[in-house]
Amino acid sequence: MQCPKCHAPMHTYNRNGVQIEQCSGCRGIFLDYGELEALTRLEGQWSQPAPPPGAPQAYPSAPAPAWGAPHGGHGHGGHYGHKRHKSFGHMLFSS
Amino acid sequence: MPAQLGSCAGILVRPSRRALSRRWLLPVGACTATGNLTCVPSRTDPHAPGSHVTADLLLSELAATAKAKAHAAAEPCPCGATTLADRPDGTVVRHADTVAKAHATDTLLPELTLRLTAATHLPGVLLQPLSPTPVALHGRPVTFWPYGAPVDPDNPDAAPWEDAATLLAALHRTPAPTGLPPMRGPVKASRAMARLRAAAPAHPATAPVLRAWSALPRWARAEAPMPDTNTLCHGDLHLGQLVRHPAPDGPWRLIDVDDLGTGVPAWDLARPAAWYACGLLPPDEWTRFLAAYRTAGGPAVPADGDPWPVLDVPARALTVQTAARAVAKAVEAGRPLDEVEQAVVDACDRMGTAPPELAAGYAK
Repeated sequence: MQCPKCHAPMHTYNRNGVQIEQCSGCRGIFLDYGELEALTRLEGQWSQPAPPPGAPQAYPSAPAPAWGAPHGGHGHGGHYGHKRHKSFGHMLFSS
Repeated sequence: MPAQLGSCAGILVRPSRRALSRRWLLPVGACTATGNLTCVPSRTDPHAPGSHVTADLLLSELAATAKAKAHAAAEPCPCGATTLADRPDGTVVRHADTVAKAHATDTLLPELTLRLTAATHLPGVLLQPLSPTPVALHGRPVTFWPYGAPVDPDNPDAAPWEDAATLLAALHRTPAPTGLPPMRGPVKASRAMARLRAAAPAHPATAPVLRAWSALPRWARAEAPMPDTNTLCHGDLHLGQLVRHPAPDGPWRLIDVDDLGTGVPAWDLARPAAWYACGLLPPDEWTRFLAAYRTAGGPAVPADGDPWPVLDVPARALTVQTAARAVAKAVEAGRPLDEVEQAVVDACDRMGTAPPELAAGYAK
Protein backbone atom coordinates (compact mmCIF):
# COMPACT_ATOMS: atom_id res chain seq x y z
CA MET A 1 0.00 0.00 0.00
CA GLN A 2 1.00 3.62 -0.37
CA CYS A 3 1.41 6.15 2.38
CA PRO A 4 -1.71 8.40 2.47
CA LYS A 5 0.50 11.34 3.38
CA CYS A 6 3.55 11.19 1.12
CA HIS A 7 2.57 8.29 -1.23
CA ALA A 8 5.80 6.38 -0.70
CA PRO A 9 5.41 2.56 -0.38
CA MET A 10 4.56 1.24 3.07
CA HIS A 11 6.22 -1.89 4.45
CA THR A 12 4.46 -4.33 6.75
CA TYR A 13 6.01 -5.45 10.01
CA ASN A 14 4.58 -7.98 12.45
CA ARG A 15 5.73 -7.60 15.98
CA ASN A 16 4.17 -9.47 18.88
CA GLY A 17 1.05 -10.12 16.89
CA VAL A 18 0.48 -6.51 15.89
CA GLN A 19 0.70 -5.78 12.18
CA ILE A 20 2.20 -2.39 11.51
CA GLU A 21 2.62 -0.60 8.19
CA GLN A 22 5.45 1.90 8.14
CA CYS A 23 6.07 4.37 5.34
CA SER A 24 9.49 4.03 3.72
CA GLY A 25 9.46 7.78 3.04
CA CYS A 26 8.16 9.80 5.98
CA ARG A 27 8.34 6.85 8.46
CA GLY A 28 4.70 7.37 9.43
CA ILE A 29 2.91 4.36 10.88
CA PHE A 30 -0.50 2.97 9.92
CA LEU A 31 -2.42 0.72 12.32
CA ASP A 32 -5.35 -1.54 11.50
CA TYR A 33 -8.58 -1.29 13.46
CA GLY A 34 -8.07 -2.48 17.04
CA GLU A 35 -4.31 -2.50 16.87
CA LEU A 36 -3.81 0.69 18.85
CA GLU A 37 -5.72 -1.05 21.63
CA ALA A 38 -3.55 -4.14 21.16
CA LEU A 39 -0.42 -2.00 21.48
CA THR A 40 -1.80 -0.34 24.59
CA ARG A 41 -2.49 -3.75 26.08
CA LEU A 42 1.04 -4.91 25.25
CA GLU A 43 2.46 -1.80 26.86
CA GLY A 44 0.47 -2.59 30.01
CA GLN A 45 1.83 -6.15 30.04
CA TRP A 46 5.36 -4.81 29.69
CA SER A 47 5.19 -3.06 33.05
CA GLN A 48 3.40 -5.91 34.82
CA PRO A 49 5.19 -8.83 36.48
CA ALA A 50 5.72 -11.83 34.24
CA PRO A 51 2.76 -14.22 34.13
CA PRO A 52 3.11 -17.47 36.06
CA PRO A 53 4.66 -20.34 34.09
CA GLY A 54 2.14 -22.15 31.95
CA ALA A 55 -0.31 -19.28 31.84
CA PRO A 56 -1.76 -18.79 28.38
CA GLN A 57 -0.32 -15.80 26.57
CA ALA A 58 -2.52 -13.42 24.71
CA TYR A 59 0.22 -12.94 22.11
CA PRO A 60 3.10 -15.17 21.14
CA SER A 61 6.43 -13.97 22.32
CA ALA A 62 8.37 -15.58 19.48
CA PRO A 63 9.48 -13.15 16.78
CA ALA A 64 7.84 -13.55 13.39
CA PRO A 65 8.68 -12.25 9.92
CA ALA A 66 7.12 -9.13 8.47
CA TRP A 67 5.14 -11.17 5.94
CA GLY A 68 3.73 -13.47 8.61
CA ALA A 69 0.06 -13.95 9.40
CA PRO A 70 -1.37 -11.91 12.26
CA HIS A 71 -1.02 -14.29 15.21
CA GLY A 72 -3.55 -14.62 17.97
CA GLY A 73 -5.52 -11.55 16.96
CA HIS A 74 -9.22 -10.92 17.14
CA GLY A 75 -10.59 -14.01 15.51
CA HIS A 76 -8.67 -13.50 12.28
CA GLY A 77 -5.39 -15.12 11.37
CA GLY A 78 -4.12 -18.18 13.15
CA HIS A 79 -5.64 -21.30 11.66
CA TYR A 80 -4.68 -23.50 14.57
CA GLY A 81 -6.85 -24.36 17.47
CA HIS A 82 -8.01 -27.36 19.40
CA LYS A 83 -8.53 -29.27 16.18
CA ARG A 84 -5.92 -29.06 13.48
CA HIS A 85 -7.18 -28.36 10.00
CA LYS A 86 -7.12 -31.56 7.96
CA SER A 87 -5.34 -29.83 5.10
CA PHE A 88 -2.58 -28.64 7.43
CA GLY A 89 -2.31 -32.16 8.84
CA HIS A 90 -1.51 -33.32 5.30
CA MET A 91 0.89 -30.42 4.72
CA LEU A 92 2.91 -31.41 7.80
CA PHE A 93 3.81 -34.67 6.07
CA SER A 94 4.41 -33.41 2.53
CA SER A 95 7.43 -32.23 0.59
CA MET B 1 9.26 -42.78 3.60
CA PRO B 2 12.81 -43.24 2.68
CA ALA B 3 14.14 -46.01 0.73
CA GLN B 4 17.16 -47.98 0.60
CA LEU B 5 18.93 -50.27 -1.48
CA GLY B 6 20.89 -53.19 -0.56
CA SER B 7 23.14 -55.42 -2.45
CA CYS B 8 20.90 -57.54 -4.57
CA ALA B 9 23.45 -60.27 -5.08
CA GLY B 10 21.57 -62.42 -2.61
CA ILE B 11 18.43 -62.10 -4.65
CA LEU B 12 20.09 -62.90 -7.93
CA VAL B 13 21.53 -66.21 -6.89
CA ARG B 14 18.33 -67.57 -5.42
CA PRO B 15 17.23 -70.22 -7.96
CA SER B 16 13.51 -69.69 -7.60
CA ARG B 17 13.86 -66.02 -8.44
CA ARG B 18 16.77 -66.05 -10.76
CA ALA B 19 14.94 -65.46 -13.98
CA LEU B 20 12.84 -62.62 -12.68
CA SER B 21 15.60 -60.95 -10.78
CA ARG B 22 18.22 -61.12 -13.47
CA ARG B 23 15.81 -59.55 -15.86
CA TRP B 24 15.37 -56.43 -13.77
CA LEU B 25 18.56 -55.96 -11.84
CA LEU B 26 20.45 -54.18 -14.55
CA PRO B 27 22.66 -51.12 -14.37
CA VAL B 28 20.64 -47.96 -13.97
CA GLY B 29 19.44 -46.77 -17.32
CA ALA B 30 19.78 -50.13 -19.03
CA CYS B 31 16.11 -51.03 -18.56
CA THR B 32 14.88 -48.18 -20.65
CA ALA B 33 15.76 -50.04 -23.82
CA THR B 34 13.21 -52.80 -23.24
CA GLY B 35 10.46 -51.57 -25.50
CA ASN B 36 7.32 -52.79 -23.82
CA LEU B 37 8.36 -51.23 -20.55
CA THR B 38 8.96 -47.74 -21.81
CA CYS B 39 6.96 -44.68 -22.62
CA VAL B 40 3.83 -45.61 -20.73
CA PRO B 41 2.78 -42.54 -18.77
CA SER B 42 2.55 -42.99 -15.05
CA ARG B 43 -0.99 -42.91 -13.75
CA THR B 44 0.09 -40.80 -10.82
CA ASP B 45 1.61 -37.68 -12.28
CA PRO B 46 1.96 -37.04 -15.98
CA HIS B 47 4.14 -33.98 -15.32
CA ALA B 48 6.72 -35.70 -13.22
CA PRO B 49 10.06 -36.79 -14.54
CA GLY B 50 10.68 -40.45 -14.94
CA SER B 51 7.26 -41.79 -15.77
CA HIS B 52 8.46 -44.35 -18.29
CA VAL B 53 7.22 -47.48 -16.60
CA THR B 54 3.72 -48.36 -15.56
CA ALA B 55 3.24 -47.77 -11.88
CA ASP B 56 1.55 -51.16 -11.45
CA LEU B 57 4.46 -53.03 -12.94
CA LEU B 58 7.05 -51.18 -10.91
CA LEU B 59 5.01 -51.59 -7.76
CA SER B 60 4.49 -55.34 -8.11
CA GLU B 61 8.13 -55.95 -8.83
CA LEU B 62 9.29 -53.60 -6.11
CA ALA B 63 7.11 -55.61 -3.72
CA ALA B 64 8.71 -58.82 -4.95
CA THR B 65 12.12 -57.28 -4.46
CA ALA B 66 11.29 -56.22 -0.92
CA LYS B 67 9.98 -59.69 -0.16
CA ALA B 68 13.13 -61.28 -1.47
CA LYS B 69 15.23 -58.92 0.64
CA ALA B 70 13.13 -59.58 3.73
CA HIS B 71 13.38 -63.36 3.70
CA ALA B 72 16.58 -65.29 3.73
CA ALA B 73 14.90 -68.41 2.38
CA ALA B 74 12.52 -68.75 -0.51
CA GLU B 75 9.69 -70.42 1.39
CA PRO B 76 6.18 -69.01 1.17
CA CYS B 77 5.59 -66.22 3.65
CA PRO B 78 2.41 -64.87 5.27
CA CYS B 79 3.55 -61.28 5.56
CA GLY B 80 1.84 -59.46 2.72
CA ALA B 81 3.33 -56.31 1.26
CA THR B 82 2.20 -52.80 2.10
CA THR B 83 2.62 -49.84 -0.20
CA LEU B 84 3.84 -46.93 1.91
CA ALA B 85 4.10 -44.40 -0.92
CA ASP B 86 3.56 -44.50 -4.67
CA ARG B 87 4.71 -41.31 -6.32
CA PRO B 88 6.95 -40.59 -9.28
CA ASP B 89 9.59 -39.22 -6.92
CA GLY B 90 9.54 -42.26 -4.68
CA THR B 91 7.69 -45.56 -4.61
CA VAL B 92 8.06 -47.26 -1.24
CA VAL B 93 6.97 -50.78 -0.38
CA ARG B 94 7.19 -52.54 2.96
CA HIS B 95 7.52 -56.29 3.39
CA ALA B 96 7.75 -57.39 7.01
CA ASP B 97 10.73 -55.50 8.46
CA THR B 98 12.16 -54.51 5.09
CA VAL B 99 11.34 -51.41 3.10
CA ALA B 100 12.28 -51.00 -0.57
CA LYS B 101 12.27 -47.59 -2.19
CA ALA B 102 12.38 -46.97 -5.93
CA HIS B 103 13.83 -43.48 -6.37
CA ALA B 104 12.85 -41.07 -9.14
CA THR B 105 14.01 -42.01 -12.64
CA ASP B 106 16.09 -38.85 -12.94
CA THR B 107 18.04 -39.71 -9.81
CA LEU B 108 21.75 -39.59 -10.51
CA LEU B 109 23.23 -42.86 -9.29
CA PRO B 110 26.66 -41.51 -8.29
CA GLU B 111 25.04 -38.75 -6.24
CA LEU B 112 22.58 -41.12 -4.58
CA THR B 113 25.45 -43.44 -3.71
CA LEU B 114 27.38 -40.57 -2.12
CA ARG B 115 24.28 -39.62 -0.12
CA LEU B 116 23.81 -43.22 1.03
CA THR B 117 27.43 -43.40 2.07
CA ALA B 118 27.05 -40.18 4.05
CA ALA B 119 24.07 -41.73 5.83
CA THR B 120 26.09 -44.77 6.87
CA HIS B 121 28.44 -42.45 8.76
CA LEU B 122 25.58 -41.02 10.82
CA PRO B 123 23.93 -43.98 12.56
CA GLY B 124 22.69 -41.81 15.43
CA VAL B 125 20.96 -39.36 13.12
CA LEU B 126 19.86 -41.09 9.91
CA LEU B 127 18.20 -44.48 9.53
CA GLN B 128 20.80 -46.92 8.30
CA PRO B 129 20.37 -48.53 4.89
CA LEU B 130 20.44 -52.32 4.73
CA SER B 131 23.22 -52.07 2.16
CA PRO B 132 25.30 -49.17 0.95
CA THR B 133 24.75 -49.17 -2.81
CA PRO B 134 21.59 -48.88 -4.93
CA VAL B 135 20.42 -51.44 -7.46
CA ALA B 136 18.24 -50.73 -10.50
CA LEU B 137 14.67 -51.75 -11.25
CA HIS B 138 13.11 -50.49 -14.48
CA GLY B 139 15.72 -47.78 -14.65
CA ARG B 140 14.96 -46.55 -11.17
CA PRO B 141 17.54 -46.91 -8.42
CA VAL B 142 16.22 -49.01 -5.53
CA THR B 143 17.46 -48.87 -1.96
CA PHE B 144 16.56 -51.08 1.03
CA TRP B 145 15.92 -49.99 4.61
CA PRO B 146 14.69 -51.41 7.88
CA TYR B 147 11.10 -50.56 8.72
CA GLY B 148 10.67 -47.71 11.19
CA ALA B 149 7.46 -46.48 12.82
CA PRO B 150 6.44 -43.07 11.45
CA VAL B 151 4.73 -40.14 13.16
CA ASP B 152 1.01 -40.93 13.33
CA PRO B 153 -0.59 -38.83 10.56
CA ASP B 154 -3.84 -38.84 12.52
CA ASN B 155 -2.15 -37.41 15.58
CA PRO B 156 0.31 -34.73 14.49
CA ASP B 157 -0.09 -33.15 17.91
CA ALA B 158 2.24 -35.92 19.07
CA ALA B 159 4.90 -34.71 16.62
CA PRO B 160 8.38 -35.14 18.12
CA TRP B 161 9.49 -31.56 17.55
CA GLU B 162 12.31 -31.74 20.07
CA ASP B 163 13.67 -34.97 18.61
CA ALA B 164 13.48 -33.57 15.09
CA ALA B 165 15.35 -30.43 16.16
CA THR B 166 18.00 -32.36 18.06
CA LEU B 167 18.62 -34.70 15.11
CA LEU B 168 18.94 -31.72 12.76
CA ALA B 169 21.38 -30.00 15.10
CA ALA B 170 23.52 -33.15 15.17
CA LEU B 171 23.35 -33.43 11.38
CA HIS B 172 24.34 -29.79 10.90
CA ARG B 173 27.26 -30.16 13.32
CA THR B 174 28.70 -33.13 11.45
CA PRO B 175 31.45 -32.31 8.96
CA ALA B 176 30.16 -33.01 5.46
CA PRO B 177 31.93 -35.83 3.60
CA THR B 178 34.17 -34.70 0.76
CA GLY B 179 32.44 -34.68 -2.59
CA LEU B 180 28.88 -34.71 -1.26
CA PRO B 181 26.64 -32.79 -3.71
CA PRO B 182 24.56 -29.78 -2.66
CA MET B 183 21.31 -30.38 -0.81
CA ARG B 184 18.39 -30.15 -3.16
CA GLY B 185 15.98 -27.86 -1.34
CA PRO B 186 16.21 -24.93 -3.79
CA VAL B 187 16.01 -27.32 -6.76
CA LYS B 188 12.81 -28.81 -5.38
CA ALA B 189 11.35 -25.34 -4.89
CA SER B 190 12.25 -24.42 -8.45
CA ARG B 191 10.50 -27.55 -9.73
CA ALA B 192 7.37 -26.63 -7.81
CA MET B 193 7.38 -23.30 -9.59
CA ALA B 194 7.68 -24.98 -12.99
CA ARG B 195 4.72 -27.19 -12.14
CA LEU B 196 2.72 -24.13 -11.05
CA ARG B 197 3.45 -22.29 -14.29
CA ALA B 198 2.41 -25.31 -16.33
CA ALA B 199 -0.68 -26.27 -14.36
CA ALA B 200 -2.17 -22.96 -13.31
CA PRO B 201 -0.97 -20.07 -15.49
CA ALA B 202 -4.26 -18.19 -15.13
CA HIS B 203 -5.18 -18.93 -11.51
CA PRO B 204 -5.48 -15.71 -9.47
CA ALA B 205 -3.10 -17.11 -6.84
CA THR B 206 -0.34 -17.78 -9.34
CA ALA B 207 0.74 -14.15 -9.79
CA PRO B 208 1.45 -13.39 -6.10
CA VAL B 209 3.27 -16.72 -5.73
CA LEU B 210 5.46 -16.00 -8.75
CA ARG B 211 6.10 -12.45 -7.51
CA ALA B 212 7.27 -13.72 -4.13
CA TRP B 213 9.48 -16.29 -5.88
CA SER B 214 11.12 -13.72 -8.14
CA ALA B 215 12.02 -11.54 -5.14
CA LEU B 216 14.12 -14.32 -3.59
CA PRO B 217 17.91 -14.32 -3.88
CA ARG B 218 19.20 -16.38 -6.79
CA TRP B 219 20.66 -19.09 -4.56
CA ALA B 220 17.23 -19.79 -3.06
CA ARG B 221 15.87 -20.28 -6.59
CA ALA B 222 18.62 -22.77 -7.53
CA GLU B 223 20.11 -20.27 -9.95
CA ALA B 224 23.36 -19.75 -8.04
CA PRO B 225 25.40 -21.76 -5.53
CA MET B 226 24.19 -21.57 -1.96
CA PRO B 227 26.15 -19.21 0.30
CA ASP B 228 27.05 -22.16 2.55
CA THR B 229 28.68 -25.07 0.74
CA ASN B 230 30.06 -26.87 3.77
CA THR B 231 27.23 -27.63 6.17
CA LEU B 232 25.54 -31.02 5.97
CA CYS B 233 21.77 -30.60 5.50
CA HIS B 234 18.79 -32.93 5.12
CA GLY B 235 17.13 -30.81 2.44
CA ASP B 236 13.50 -31.93 2.80
CA LEU B 237 12.45 -31.95 6.44
CA HIS B 238 8.81 -32.56 7.30
CA LEU B 239 7.03 -34.84 9.74
CA GLY B 240 7.03 -37.70 7.25
CA GLN B 241 10.82 -37.77 7.49
CA LEU B 242 10.98 -39.15 11.02
CA VAL B 243 10.68 -42.77 12.12
CA ARG B 244 11.32 -44.72 15.29
CA HIS B 245 13.69 -47.61 14.81
CA PRO B 246 13.36 -50.29 15.96
CA ALA B 247 9.58 -49.89 15.73
CA PRO B 248 7.49 -49.10 17.62
CA ASP B 249 9.41 -47.25 20.33
CA GLY B 250 13.07 -47.07 19.35
CA PRO B 251 14.85 -43.73 19.04
CA TRP B 252 13.75 -41.29 16.35
CA ARG B 253 15.82 -41.15 13.18
CA LEU B 254 15.69 -39.02 10.05
CA ILE B 255 14.90 -40.78 6.78
CA ASP B 256 15.07 -39.98 3.05
CA VAL B 257 18.53 -39.15 1.77
CA ASP B 258 17.39 -38.03 -1.70
CA ASP B 259 17.95 -34.35 -0.97
CA LEU B 260 20.79 -34.71 1.54
CA GLY B 261 23.82 -32.54 0.85
CA THR B 262 25.74 -29.40 1.66
CA GLY B 263 23.99 -26.07 1.94
CA VAL B 264 22.31 -23.47 4.11
CA PRO B 265 21.21 -25.33 7.25
CA ALA B 266 18.42 -22.84 7.99
CA TRP B 267 16.62 -24.51 5.07
CA ASP B 268 16.02 -27.53 7.32
CA LEU B 269 14.30 -25.33 9.93
CA ALA B 270 12.35 -23.39 7.35
CA ARG B 271 9.28 -25.60 6.93
CA PRO B 272 8.26 -25.37 10.58
CA ALA B 273 9.26 -21.70 10.45
CA ALA B 274 7.08 -21.14 7.39
CA TRP B 275 4.11 -22.97 8.96
CA TYR B 276 4.48 -20.80 12.04
CA ALA B 277 4.80 -17.62 10.02
CA CYS B 278 1.70 -18.51 8.00
CA GLY B 279 -0.32 -18.86 11.19
CA LEU B 280 -0.67 -22.65 10.79
CA LEU B 281 1.72 -24.03 13.39
CA PRO B 282 0.94 -22.86 16.94
CA PRO B 283 3.67 -20.60 18.38
CA ASP B 284 4.40 -22.99 21.23
CA GLU B 285 5.23 -25.85 18.85
CA TRP B 286 7.53 -23.61 16.81
CA THR B 287 9.15 -22.36 20.01
CA ARG B 288 9.72 -25.91 21.26
CA PHE B 289 11.35 -26.86 17.96
CA LEU B 290 13.58 -23.79 17.83
CA ALA B 291 14.57 -24.00 21.51
CA ALA B 292 15.51 -27.68 21.21
CA TYR B 293 17.63 -26.91 18.14
CA ARG B 294 19.48 -24.20 20.01
CA THR B 295 19.89 -26.33 23.12
CA ALA B 296 21.50 -29.02 20.97
CA GLY B 297 23.98 -26.48 19.60
CA GLY B 298 22.55 -26.29 16.11
CA PRO B 299 24.58 -23.84 13.99
CA ALA B 300 21.86 -22.66 11.58
CA VAL B 301 20.64 -19.79 13.76
CA PRO B 302 22.28 -17.57 16.37
CA ALA B 303 22.23 -19.09 19.86
CA ASP B 304 19.77 -16.44 21.03
CA GLY B 305 17.95 -13.40 19.79
CA ASP B 306 15.82 -13.03 16.69
CA PRO B 307 16.43 -15.98 14.30
CA TRP B 308 14.51 -14.41 11.43
CA PRO B 309 17.36 -12.59 9.71
CA VAL B 310 18.67 -16.11 8.95
CA LEU B 311 15.34 -17.89 8.55
CA ASP B 312 13.63 -15.29 6.40
CA VAL B 313 14.81 -16.33 2.93
CA PRO B 314 14.48 -20.13 3.40
CA ALA B 315 11.07 -19.73 5.07
CA ARG B 316 9.90 -17.52 2.21
CA ALA B 317 11.16 -20.09 -0.29
CA LEU B 318 9.34 -22.96 1.41
CA THR B 319 6.17 -20.90 1.80
CA VAL B 320 6.31 -20.15 -1.92
CA GLN B 321 7.02 -23.81 -2.73
CA THR B 322 4.11 -24.96 -0.57
CA ALA B 323 1.79 -22.40 -2.14
CA ALA B 324 2.89 -23.40 -5.66
CA ARG B 325 2.23 -27.07 -5.01
CA ALA B 326 -1.11 -26.31 -3.38
CA VAL B 327 -2.34 -24.16 -6.27
CA ALA B 328 -1.14 -26.65 -8.89
CA LYS B 329 -2.80 -29.56 -7.10
CA ALA B 330 -6.05 -27.66 -6.60
CA VAL B 331 -6.20 -26.71 -10.27
CA GLU B 332 -5.35 -30.25 -11.38
CA ALA B 333 -8.12 -31.56 -9.13
CA GLY B 334 -10.57 -28.89 -10.29
CA ARG B 335 -11.28 -27.61 -6.79
CA PRO B 336 -10.88 -24.25 -5.02
CA LEU B 337 -8.11 -23.59 -2.51
CA ASP B 338 -9.02 -24.54 1.03
CA GLU B 339 -8.48 -22.24 4.01
CA VAL B 340 -4.99 -23.53 4.79
CA GLU B 341 -3.81 -23.31 1.18
CA GLN B 342 -5.22 -19.79 0.94
CA ALA B 343 -3.31 -18.81 4.09
CA VAL B 344 -0.05 -19.84 2.43
CA VAL B 345 -0.91 -17.93 -0.75
CA ASP B 346 -1.81 -14.88 1.37
CA ALA B 347 1.62 -15.04 2.99
CA CYS B 348 3.20 -14.95 -0.49
CA ASP B 349 1.09 -11.91 -1.26
CA ARG B 350 2.27 -10.12 1.89
CA MET B 351 5.91 -10.80 0.95
CA GLY B 352 5.49 -8.23 -1.82
CA THR B 353 5.37 -5.44 0.73
CA ALA B 354 8.33 -6.65 2.79
CA PRO B 355 11.63 -7.24 0.95
CA PRO B 356 13.64 -10.30 2.06
CA GLU B 357 15.98 -9.83 4.96
CA LEU B 358 19.47 -10.57 3.78
CA ALA B 359 21.46 -12.31 6.45
CA ALA B 360 24.99 -11.10 6.91
CA GLY B 361 27.26 -12.64 4.34
CA TYR B 362 24.43 -14.09 2.26
CA ALA B 363 24.82 -12.19 -0.95
CA LYS B 364 22.02 -11.93 -3.44
